[in-house]
Amino acid sequence: MAGAVPTPPVEARLRLARSGFTLDVDLEIPGRGVTGLFGPSGAGKTTILRALAGIERMTDARVTVAGETWDDTATGRHVPPHRRRAGYVFQEPSLFPHLDVRRNIGYGHRRTPAGERRIDVEEAVEWLGVRPLLDRRPDGLSGGERQRVAIARALVTSPRLLLLDEPISALDRESRAAIIPYLERLPAHLSMPIVYVSHSLRDIARLADHLVWLVDGRVRESGDCAEIVARIGDRGGVPEEAGALVEATVSRHEPADHLTVLDGPWGPILVRRLARETGAPVRLQILASDVSLGARPEEDTSILNQFPMRVAALGETAPGEVRVELRGRAGDGPPLLATVMARSARHLGLREGVDVVARVKAVAVLE
Amino acid sequence: MNLSLTAADRAAIVVSLELAAVTTLVLLVLGTPLAWWLARTRSRWRTPVEALTALPLVLPPTVLGFYLLVILGPRGPVGSLWEAMGGDRIVFSFPGLVIGSVLYSLPFVVQPLQNAFTGVGRRPLEVAATLRASPLDRFLSVAVPLARPGFLTATALAFAHTLGEFGVVLMVGGNIPGRTQVVSIAIYDHVEALEYGAAHTLAAVMLVFSFVVLLAMYALNRSFEAPRL
Repeated sequence: MAGAVPTPPVEARLRLARSGFTLDVDLEIPGRGVTGLFGPSGAGKTTILRALAGIERMTDARVTVAGETWDDTATGRHVPPHRRRAGYVFQEPSLFPHLDVRRNIGYGHRRTPAGERRIDVEEAVEWLGVRPLLDRRPDGLSGGERQRVAIARALVTSPRLLLLDEPISALDRESRAAIIPYLERLPAHLSMPIVYVSHSLRDIARLADHLVWLVDGRVRESGDCAEIVARIGDRGGVPEEAGALVEATVSRHEPADHLTVLDGPWGPILVRRLARETGAPVRLQILASDVSLGARPEEDTSILNQFPMRVAALGETAPGEVRVELRGRAGDGPPLLATVMARSARHLGLREGVDVVARVKAVAVLE
Repeated sequence: MNLSLTAADRAAIVVSLELAAVTTLVLLVLGTPLAWWLARTRSRWRTPVEALTALPLVLPPTVLGFYLLVILGPRGPVGSLWEAMGGDRIVFSFPGLVIGSVLYSLPFVVQPLQNAFTGVGRRPLEVAATLRASPLDRFLSVAVPLARPGFLTATALAFAHTLGEFGVVLMVGGNIPGRTQVVSIAIYDHVEALEYGAAHTLAAVMLVFSFVVLLAMYALNRSFEAPRL
């Protein structure tokens, strides 16, 4: 499954001019891993996906995937969707109502020439846990089950690009929680680039490695997911989600106190006991509202996690409220965000380059 | 009252059934691509074509029959060309009846099919495209099965509607016993000749037959109902 040759990135230059909406993007999507496409409704995320799949024509397009040109308006080239090998999972589960689950999954597989098959039906069924559903009909399945079948169905065409258009947005909370573990484990099995569209920063933060932030048909930012997530925060329209994404590994457990110690970018991080083995990677989210700042470390406090940091940037986000971006004192590592009152910022003399201690009240483990 | 059927009556029944069967088949072959185009196109030709297709619904059958007689007749534009190329006279022949019936029952096939295709929607076809199905493949493996109720309705309507034709058939066919005399006209002739027994028998036979055919069609329709999500 994992190829020895690195896959070239997906290059897409797309322009669409419609009354009331213009899309103008120049994307480079890494050839492996999950690229999140984040933005508010109407930003053009679905349009981009449809253009990549070839089911929507652009005014101007140049799309290259795995070395093949799928679209080039300059030369008039447009590879039709059925020849593209772009797997697409739509927002509403769109299983064929006249076929049972087995035949739904088999639909694309049958139309994939044997020489091109890299993923077989058995594997996809295992990864998505849909074996018990094989003889059922779509109208008897829950939303989450239908989406898992839809993903399996898209995978067995051995696509060169997997497009997921808000696959869990239309599901209820329970179904969503049930399906996310499958989505998290999926990229490890696959060698093709995956584009995951969502308007939920939380979902994207869990799944994406690379992030593209789309607003009003244009790319606002793109880059490493953790970096961008830290910057989106309230500017992305989700102030309560403003926070940092941190990658850490399990260092050891302290069962007596029901704690796990993680090896983080700024030192050890203590969290509630995790059922993970030593050395396992963990992704954390630290909300800006859960970080407070002080001039020096405090001994007499209930807060377990304190890190020596340095102020990298700060700016007012709301009247009387300041968002501070912090980095490790060595200048490296991911950013940490803190929300403090303007008065406190003044009191502490916060400026670019000032050393502070960040006290983290709560660390959310994304799993 | 004489209730038995003459040989001419039996011939009329056969002609009617043959006409209905052939017309239905021709309409399914011609009407399906037309209905598909109408359901999917965004061209500005759609509206005039829709209106034309629906014309036989509102046009008095004798008007349609009259124009067909004129056009297909030996002195008409199509008829004269056809006969000049060595073809047999179209009017007053079974093929002429078929042409007339096809036009007369056209909307009864195209409209249910068009509605059924529209009902399928774009999404299943987009999905099929991303699953490597070519346009024809998508049509046959997704659109047609999902439009199955429409096909059954179209077939039932075309058959039943053709069986009941009178005006068009009379004009174009000429009421030739054994060749273009259909049951509806035979019944009329019997009534004119005060042969009520024969008229009763023919009418009853056709009524029962038509009802049974329709019953079978709709029962089939139910058992094939594609589940809607």
